Amino acid sequence: MEKLSGGDMLIRALQDEGVEYVFGYPGGAVLHIYDALFNQQKIQHILVRHEQAATHMADGYSRATGLPGVVLVTSGPGATNAITGIATAYMDSIPMVIISGQVQSHLIGTDSFQETDMIGISRPVVKHSFLVKEARDIPKTIKKAFYIATTGRPGPVVVDIPKDKTNPHDLYDYEYPAKISLRSYNPAITGHSGQIQKATKLLLSAERPMIYAGGGVILGNATEELRKLTKILGFPITNTLMSLGSFPGTDDQFLGMLGMHGTFEANNAMHHCDVLLAIGARFDDRITNTPSMFCPKAKIIHIDVDPASISKTIRADVPIVGEVGLILKEMLEIVEGQISRKSDEKPILDSWWEQIASWRSQDCLKINRGSEEEELIKPQDGVKAVFLVTDGQAYVTSDVGQHQMFAALYYPFDEPRRWINSGGLGTMGFGLPAAMGAQIAFPESTVVCITGEGSIQMNIQELSTCAQYGLPLKIINLNNRSLGMVKQWQDMQYEGRHSHSYMDSLPDFVSLAESYGHLGYKIEKRSDLEPVLKEVFSKKDRLVFVDIMVDPKEHVYPMLVSPNGSLRDMWLAKGVRT
Amino acid sequence: MRRIVSVLMENEAGALSRLIGLFAQRGYNIETLTVAPTEDETLSRLTLTTLASDEQIEQITKQVNKLVEVVKLVDLSEGDHIERELMLIKVLAGGAHRAEVKRISDVFRGQIVDVTQNSYTIQLTGTTEKIDAFLKALPIDSVLEVVRSGVSGLSRGEKVLSG
Repeated sequence: MEKLSGGDMLIRALQDEGVEYVFGYPGGAVLHIYDALFNQQKIQHILVRHEQAATHMADGYSRATGLPGVVLVTSGPGATNAITGIATAYMDSIPMVIISGQVQSHLIGTDSFQETDMIGISRPVVKHSFLVKEARDIPKTIKKAFYIATTGRPGPVVVDIPKDKTNPHDLYDYEYPAKISLRSYNPAITGHSGQIQKATKLLLSAERPMIYAGGGVILGNATEELRKLTKILGFPITNTLMSLGSFPGTDDQFLGMLGMHGTFEANNAMHHCDVLLAIGARFDDRITNTPSMFCPKAKIIHIDVDPASISKTIRADVPIVGEVGLILKEMLEIVEGQISRKSDEKPILDSWWEQIASWRSQDCLKINRGSEEEELIKPQDGVKAVFLVTDGQAYVTSDVGQHQMFAALYYPFDEPRRWINSGGLGTMGFGLPAAMGAQIAFPESTVVCITGEGSIQMNIQELSTCAQYGLPLKIINLNNRSLGMVKQWQDMQYEGRHSHSYMDSLPDFVSLAESYGHLGYKIEKRSDLEPVLKEVFSKKDRLVFVDIMVDPKEHVYPMLVSPNGSLRDMWLAKGVRT
Repeated sequence: MRRIVSVLMENEAGALSRLIGLFAQRGYNIETLTVAPTEDETLSRLTLTTLASDEQIEQITKQVNKLVEVVKLVDLSEGDHIERELMLIKVLAGGAHRAEVKRISDVFRGQIVDVTQNSYTIQLTGTTEKIDAFLKALPIDSVLEVVRSGVSGLSRGEKVLSG
């Protein structure tokens, strides 16, 4: 058997796991590991400028590809800097393996240089974590880490390795386990067939059905099954922020996103439905509004791989635990048999679709423009122009705030894994590094980061990494000179007192981009949007930073009325509510 | 409602802190907690009591079950079960008190396990209610020090919690 050091075993294990990219930053505790990286060609290491960005890059890479992202950071500040990105991945159930260096075993607990309790500090935001106590356990631990990160409800797994466990002098027999099983970890796979029968019966008896698909459909690679089932049933469907693209955004059965900034028709259809099919979604507070007022007339079917997501905030009438794709497939088989037998029953949905058409006619995403504002760019205009110029085919990442909601509402996605954003944790600074991860995975594809001048500055140092690896991203900065979402809430709930929500010393983004060796454009007139963006997107091999001056007064609508509102209670424009 | 949750988990460093962390993080309370390895030294058995509604206990058991190191879990209070707690109590027992404390201890089947001229240390096992009742029965101001183990329990009959 081959004899390897701990550091070499770690890198070899990653190779055997099929890892192509590691996002990281070196430091004292991981020097042995970096030396092992230096001596091989199979894994490409991407050197970031800040560890938070490494985690978001691995995250973006994972969301775009479905593969686990891998991060390598040193102890102490390297580890703590990674926490925000780990928490971001945890909230959105993204598979990730984070390898953190730790001080030497004999120094643990002595407050030594760059020591921090990474296992302790990451505990609330990881699916699981390992502290390596014996170097010989490294291959098995890596196997376990990937197995746990990628199965069941996915999530980040931390592997903390003290420096002495990777030293080049101590050699061990290397063998990478082909399979691993853990007696205490057995995620559900197939759903209960009795429950599936019950659910399909309920669906076929519905008069006002609604499908509510969440991020679990994308994570579970179940979009094909979802599309087939939705088509054959002929039901209306909405997607959560995490699920956009699981069902084609331009399809007639799609009612748009639901929730806090969901469309008028999606939120109303949710509120009035009699049977709700929730798939891989978790009924969080941005979806339900006041839980006691949520879908008052609906029988709820809830499919999820995580039993703890079921009946957590909203009681499910028909819970089904298991892998979303397998369950949908089973439902599809039953429904196919039933529908072909009674093909004359679809008309019972006609009046429901008429009702939906009347909600649609509200045209809730219409842009309200004053006649004197012909050349004023609304943030929505920016997103729509990007959609037009990229033909709706780009990978789009966003940061967090108004621009995120505008992107989600005005750039319909027809394919899964194209829309990448921090939905659960809401992490500003996510967009740029996530876009880099997606671009690294798909070097030939168009990758756009839609951001704002607040968020982009939270990880703008990565423009340097982009230069190093030649990543031809397109950054669309919807610049409203203020922290738009904070300001919107201050307008609506604090009588317009804009406490610290403006930015009055912004950099010149064009020359900033240029100083990193990229291209920069500034757009100030609406009529310039399309022609300039066409030019921008024609520069296939360059990163282009586009600074778009948008209306600082614009709000995102619709917006749920809260507290004490249901899903049908919405603000539709400034001062206009249902 | 008071619940007794019994957990079989991997006997590994960090497993306990993960479980405690989960309770803190999600705002569940812990009234008592006791943990030790089982006859199989790779496994630990943990018993905790908590106050929770039906919805809360459902969520607690699901979340605890999700921890990778948790092998099995049961809410003992759902069915017939046996529960015991151990208390060691140091009581003032001089002069007039001495005979009375002994008498009360006998009534509750306590054992006096240490004696000085002015004090008894009594060992008492039983349900939480019994131990509480004993504490109330003792003369006011006679209690010097109390240590309780927290609840341990098993379900009745042949049903077992095993890896």
